[in-house]
Amino acid sequence: MENTHNTERHEYDVVVIGAGGAGLRAAIEARQQGKRTAIVCKSLFGKAHTVMAEGGAAAAMGNVNPDDNWMVHFRDTMRGGKFLNNWRMAELHAKEAPDRVWELEAWGALFDRTKDGKISQRNFGGHEYPRLAHVGDRTGLELIRTLQQRVVALQQEDYENYGDYEAYIKVFAECTVTRLLKDGDAISGAFGYWRETGNFVLFDAPAVVLATGGIGKSYVVTSNSWEYTGDGHALALLAGANLINMEFIQFHPTGMVWPPSVRGILVTESVRGDGGVLRNSEGKRFMFDYIPEVFKDKYATTEEEGDRWYTDQANNRRPPELLPRDEVARAINAEVKAGRGSPQGGVFLDVSTRLPAEEIKKRLPSMHHQFKELADVDITAEPMQVGPTCHYIMGGVEVDADTGAAAVPGLFAAGEVSGGMHGSNRLGGNSLSDLLVFGRRAGAGAATYVDALKARPKVLPEQVDAAREEALAPLGRTGENPYEVHHELQRTMNDLVGIIRKAEEITEALGVVEKLKERVRMVGAGGSRIYNPGWHLAIDLRNMVLVSECVARAALMREESRGGHTRDDFPGMNPEWRRKLLVCSTEDGSTVKVEEKVQPPMRDDLITLFDRDELKKYLTDEEMAEFDGIAKS
Amino acid sequence: MSYKAKFKVWRGEGGEGRLEDFTVEVNEGEVVLDIIHRLQATQAPDLAVRWNCKAGKCGSCSMEINGKPRLGCMTRMSTFSEDETITVTPMRTFPVIKDLVTDVSYNYQKAREVPSFTPPSGVQPGEYRMQQIDVERSQEFRKCIECFMCNNVCHVIRDHEENKTNFSGPRFLMRIAELDMHPYDVADRQEAAQEEHGLGYCNITKCCTEVCPEHIKITDNALIPMKERVVDRKYDPLVWLGNKIFRRK
Repeated sequence: MENTHNTERHEYDVVVIGAGGAGLRAAIEARQQGKRTAIVCKSLFGKAHTVMAEGGAAAAMGNVNPDDNWMVHFRDTMRGGKFLNNWRMAELHAKEAPDRVWELEAWGALFDRTKDGKISQRNFGGHEYPRLAHVGDRTGLELIRTLQQRVVALQQEDYENYGDYEAYIKVFAECTVTRLLKDGDAISGAFGYWRETGNFVLFDAPAVVLATGGIGKSYVVTSNSWEYTGDGHALALLAGANLINMEFIQFHPTGMVWPPSVRGILVTESVRGDGGVLRNSEGKRFMFDYIPEVFKDKYATTEEEGDRWYTDQANNRRPPELLPRDEVARAINAEVKAGRGSPQGGVFLDVSTRLPAEEIKKRLPSMHHQFKELADVDITAEPMQVGPTCHYIMGGVEVDADTGAAAVPGLFAAGEVSGGMHGSNRLGGNSLSDLLVFGRRAGAGAATYVDALKARPKVLPEQVDAAREEALAPLGRTGENPYEVHHELQRTMNDLVGIIRKAEEITEALGVVEKLKERVRMVGAGGSRIYNPGWHLAIDLRNMVLVSECVARAALMREESRGGHTRDDFPGMNPEWRRKLLVCSTEDGSTVKVEEKVQPPMRDDLITLFDRDELKKYLTDEEMAEFDGIAKS
Repeated sequence: MSYKAKFKVWRGEGGEGRLEDFTVEVNEGEVVLDIIHRLQATQAPDLAVRWNCKAGKCGSCSMEINGKPRLGCMTRMSTFSEDETITVTPMRTFPVIKDLVTDVSYNYQKAREVPSFTPPSGVQPGEYRMQQIDVERSQEFRKCIECFMCNNVCHVIRDHEENKTNFSGPRFLMRIAELDMHPYDVADRQEAAQEEHGLGYCNITKCCTEVCPEHIKITDNALIPMKERVVDRKYDPLVWLGNKIFRRK
């Protein structure tokens, strides 16, 4: 057995866990503020899930429609989230996104251009104007590569100055963090293992930024990769931080449904933004039947008007295919249930009859490639079959909007692992901009926190020993196969806490999760510590089960339907519930507690950006009376 | 629809290893990576493979399938006959860590040796103005998903370990071309391409272009034009030869 002394040890000011957009932007900021920064990521540098983002980064630059500005973007974001968003985050996001996108250009990003040479912007669901900066349909790749290359540029600067590329910023690739360490209340470091060798590594650091992404691997049908096991969510909980909004999960309306092995892989919303339409087995554009009351006056009611909108947005309303994602996903679900689905259990998404083949290949090259290679479907000649797929969790670590700070001193979070920004439903395109805006803020927040520290928190050896024992445990057991336990969890969450929920089913899921907790404690992994995926999965299962319990408990408690949370037994949106956040925490590291918390009312200058008619669809009578008072004064 | 396929998968670590035989179920529409995952779940839980997106976008699951560099996630089982034995081995140019996972740190080291994007001083963020046609050349190269299969297949380093010090491989020569063609980059990159990154070693056999899963025309659009830019300063007979043999569009 090893002891503390031969676990590899590193000292940093800031440790960023996760190397997607949020993690890299946070690390860049911390390093730019002079902090010695480590980036720890489960995969190779540059492979994070951000590469999967296709459509673009939403930023009200007004390059295509000069009427766009932060206030319009703010309103769209709040509407998309059904007014449950942390409004301060939505405000900062709308205001700062343009600067964050422009900054990427100065770091070498090459976005698609408008005729006058500016960054081009495309239409997307829920956005009033063309707003998404993009590169074809591979915007996420451009973002990750640009940030990766910015990290390298900073390392080259450090090499010039200190003769060491890694003097101030180092990437620990294929390294997984399993525990955060604390000295009293405050963060003192992180413990993890190298995937390559199975050796342990200890980070002695007063500030940790979580940027670990989402939880999709708790579901069978998901657009997420193996990394999305809710690590940051669980690490935060186990360190004593709170999670909010965990009941809100975005099922992206258009995932591939066939062949079975690619089920869930994303089909970008840009297909619809660029003119693609949804049809059922009867050939009907069914989305016209699913425009909800709150959006009635914002969407076209005839196909003719919807089609005119693509060329004349001033005089027409947008087609309902571009409703927010939760609405479209539910509509597809309903059509399939009613027996009007496609042969493979989805609906048809057709762009082939809407745009010339050459134009499709130019605007949607990776979709064309993906369907051709994986499904033998030529999207320029025939429709795609698509259906909902678990895509994004709106919920996450409860943070301070301005700094990304969690309730635990020294702990910060940004991107998908944080909660609040997107309310009950995220708009497409708001994720890439979220990463940039709040990645930067969390990096800055961590740097400021470190500067203000009077004494550096200490790493306590007994915590390191416990973390090592916990990580090694599956290797020493000859228990159940972790793949089987994982599969059962995925099926349970998919079938019982999926896109449409009801109390009995969620309760049943909680029963299964309770049993799975026991089984997770008993799973065994054979083989050595060297690059052993069975062992890695056994460790990740702790996180997936804990986070799944949060999702299920919060889903059971919220007795209404809103955004990414649809209750069959409570189909309506309830204004009383709008102001309530559900906060998850754990005291013993195993049992999840959920409590209601009141969300503070929107600032006067923000709430008055909305029309009274719109607000009354969401607010209680009491809140409306307050609004009338504000509007008068 | 489903059948049992015969697989030979390279297993081993620490410089030792062998091909191991497996018989494994294959279902309609599956790709090679699905089969590797089934092996993990049912027969070999510690079988090491790198993967992430499973959609051809991240470039993690590079491997050699029947000797050809391929992404496991984009190689459909239907491209093989049911009685064919499929051999899966790690990329050959890089040292094996375990099973199908190789140490690709060579690539990250080379990436660090290419000077970063260098804009002219005085241009503020938000002030960049570029025409679509001018960014498209570099955009093609930025489609690269860094699967490193071009570097894996390039015989300059595949067969000559000793060249690794002086040769950055197609991936990073293309990165230099990308920056050289960036409308706002002001750094002088041509001499370094030849002197420090080994552009002259490339004898345009186009192996890199053939294996690129993104179908980037690495040789025609990046390497040959870079050679042409360099040739003004230094005579390179291969460019002359290349232009004779490969007529460019």
